[in-house]
Amino acid sequence: MSPRKKRIFVICIVLSGITISVALILTAFEKNLMYFYSPTEVANGSAPEVRDFRIGGIVLKDSVKRNVDNLKVSFVLTDTVSEIEVQYEGILPDLFREGQGIVANGKLQSNNIFIAKQVLAKHDENYMPPEVAEALEKANSHFMEQYK
Amino acid sequence: MIPELGHFTLILALAMAFIQSSFPLVGATIANQTFMALARPVARLQFFFVVISFFILVYSFLINDFSISYIANNSNTLLPWYYRFSAVWGAHEGSLLLWVLILNIWTIAVTYFSRGLPEYFVARVIGVMGLISAGFLLFMLFTSNPFERIFPIPLDGADLNPLLQDIGLIIHPPILYMGYVGFSVAFSFAIAALLDSNLDTTWARWSRPWTLLAWIFLTLGIALGSWWAYYELGWGGWWFWDPVENASFMPWLIGTALIHSLAATDKRGIFKNWTLLLSICAFALSLLGTFLVRSGVITSVHAFATDPTRGIFILLLLGVFVGGSLVLYAFRAPTIKAGGKFKLLSRETFLLLNSILFLVAMLTVLLGTIYPLIIEALNLGKISVGAPYFNAVFVPIMSPLVVFLGLGVITKWKQDNLFQLLIKLRYLLISTLFIGITIVLVFFENHQLKTSMGIIAALWISLTTFYSFYLRLQNKKNKLAAMLIIPRSYYGMLLAHLGFSVCIVGITITSNHSVDIHERMKIGDTIEFSNYQFNLRDLKEISGPNYKATEAIVDVKKNETLITTLRSQKRIYTVRDMPMTEAGIDAGFTRDIYMSLGEPLDTESWSVRLYHKPFVRWIWLGSILMAIGGLLAILDKRYRTAKQRKKSIIVNNEVVS
Repeated sequence: MSPRKKRIFVICIVLSGITISVALILTAFEKNLMYFYSPTEVANGSAPEVRDFRIGGIVLKDSVKRNVDNLKVSFVLTDTVSEIEVQYEGILPDLFREGQGIVANGKLQSNNIFIAKQVLAKHDENYMPPEVAEALEKANSHFMEQYK
Repeated sequence: MIPELGHFTLILALAMAFIQSSFPLVGATIANQTFMALARPVARLQFFFVVISFFILVYSFLINDFSISYIANNSNTLLPWYYRFSAVWGAHEGSLLLWVLILNIWTIAVTYFSRGLPEYFVARVIGVMGLISAGFLLFMLFTSNPFERIFPIPLDGADLNPLLQDIGLIIHPPILYMGYVGFSVAFSFAIAALLDSNLDTTWARWSRPWTLLAWIFLTLGIALGSWWAYYELGWGGWWFWDPVENASFMPWLIGTALIHSLAATDKRGIFKNWTLLLSICAFALSLLGTFLVRSGVITSVHAFATDPTRGIFILLLLGVFVGGSLVLYAFRAPTIKAGGKFKLLSRETFLLLNSILFLVAMLTVLLGTIYPLIIEALNLGKISVGAPYFNAVFVPIMSPLVVFLGLGVITKWKQDNLFQLLIKLRYLLISTLFIGITIVLVFFENHQLKTSMGIIAALWISLTTFYSFYLRLQNKKNKLAAMLIIPRSYYGMLLAHLGFSVCIVGITITSNHSVDIHERMKIGDTIEFSNYQFNLRDLKEISGPNYKATEAIVDVKKNETLITTLRSQKRIYTVRDMPMTEAGIDAGFTRDIYMSLGEPLDTESWSVRLYHKPFVRWIWLGSILMAIGGLLAILDKRYRTAKQRKKSIIVNNEVVS
């Protein structure tokens, strides 16, 4: 094969590789990007109805209710302005506590209950997930002072 | 007084780093022997100062010197001594000191194992490594001094993050850093080669063992990290596509492409440009990884904005090293002559294709890792790219890679005959498909399509690898003698490729056939799961040196015979009031049984996670095989005889002159 042909071949391979991977990435991105919404935004109705998204806030005191027979649990997330009920089945993370900031992935039901597929709490005793901190700040700037 | 000494030796090390980078680099350009001769002794002196500094920090941790802010934040009198030792690299400042120490270990190794290389070349390599060291020492001294004092001195420290109080975290960071930082050697060799007036391929031979060694450490480091996450985080995952993991995985992908490309450059004199670019790229990704992990951007772009000095400093370092080397590359690359020719159907083609696929894989990981950061920085909202994205793009990229790997191994260098290749392939393809599908149909009831893809991929790699071995011995009369003549790097290749296929088997079966349940249990309860009976025999209260724990003791039976007893703990580390889970694992060659305690639900029952994870060990076993393969390649006689030949040439020249 002549050098020129070889070069063209290599360029074609590189280009097709790039095209394929860009196509892959875009479709995968489209499916798997998850946006973050605060309870207030959810209450305003700006959260998507069909897609999964992330929600974050403080677990309201005395709101955690466990089912006696299985691992179903429900709790209320708040950004001090709006509240939303979250339901989950499974084991909550080590650092899940009332008054702690958490983030949950899942879907919003039509009755405005958030069905969580995953609940995340960061591994640090005074750590506030940055998304939650910002959501709280947006909702109520005074509230943050207690946490600083 | 002692901590100030540690700080002072760091400053001395910085001074040495400046001398080490300036004089030898200038000396190599103006051919000044005295300047070049400075490289080795000054590098050793720098190493000496960094070691003293490091040991002062270790010593201060061991004697609980809480007047040092870093120690007050990351240690405690109740912490066992070995964790006080590993706490040295438990957070930002200390892990940077470890970074610099390891860079110096690599440099010192270069000063001792480079005797056969020309003086000007060694001077340049050591000079470039000195520049890197100077950059990082400046970074430490200006933004992250590990010896900074606090006043008033606290009575006790804030304790080490309980997650890091584990044997895995004693060894994982140093090994991983050996890999990360090791690519600085490949980088320095590439820069030295680019600075050289007549750029041939000898540098590739010199660079190869170093690059392989760094790659081995990185492979082991990533495997160790994955193993640690598996047993320590308590939910049985072994890879999370977390930005911190991606930061180490990206240099590994490029490093893997690099060791193959280097081999081709060394043996056949081809891909010179490409190999140089990969060398620069691998180290650039190591720096990017350091930036991502150490600047705080991962927790939040805004966390970065609150303390921007550190991040901007690393970004600046990244810009200087990557920008500078790419400019140098852009100037020099066009002058590099193309090496040996090869036809379309040849091993070279497949090597090149896989190199490109590794690059594409790296770019997809890079995009998934930094895209959320860019979106957040532009105030376009908050998004997260989850594991499904990476899984969705990674399998389609790896599939052709596996096909090309098998084809490359059995194709000849330079040129092969399509017809002959097809004849070779006939039985290979049929047996791969037949064995693969049979295995899946006999052993697996669900997820058969995905499983068969993985099993067939693994079989394809192993069968083609063995077939290439057979081809090598085919026409030899005395097979045993022929086996002994085959170079060790070839056996290294066989082993590493087999390791890769073992890894694929592990990943495929674990991902598709692991089962887990979350259950509520109290003492005496028995749960039937995955053909095992789990009986919660007892719950005990335990107190450790710096924690209190509840331990669950679970008997696992199969058909009424006791298989194992699992013990899982839920610990509360008292200083930080932080809970941690210690999983109970029965490890096996073909399966792990894994149990971890969730949370107390009422006075007597706990939530419990149970997992059955088939073939999960194969993931790490495969990684170890890959590492051993790399080690065999380093031990190849080629490098030693090459060194000796060089030596004798130099000796002869000296005699003549």
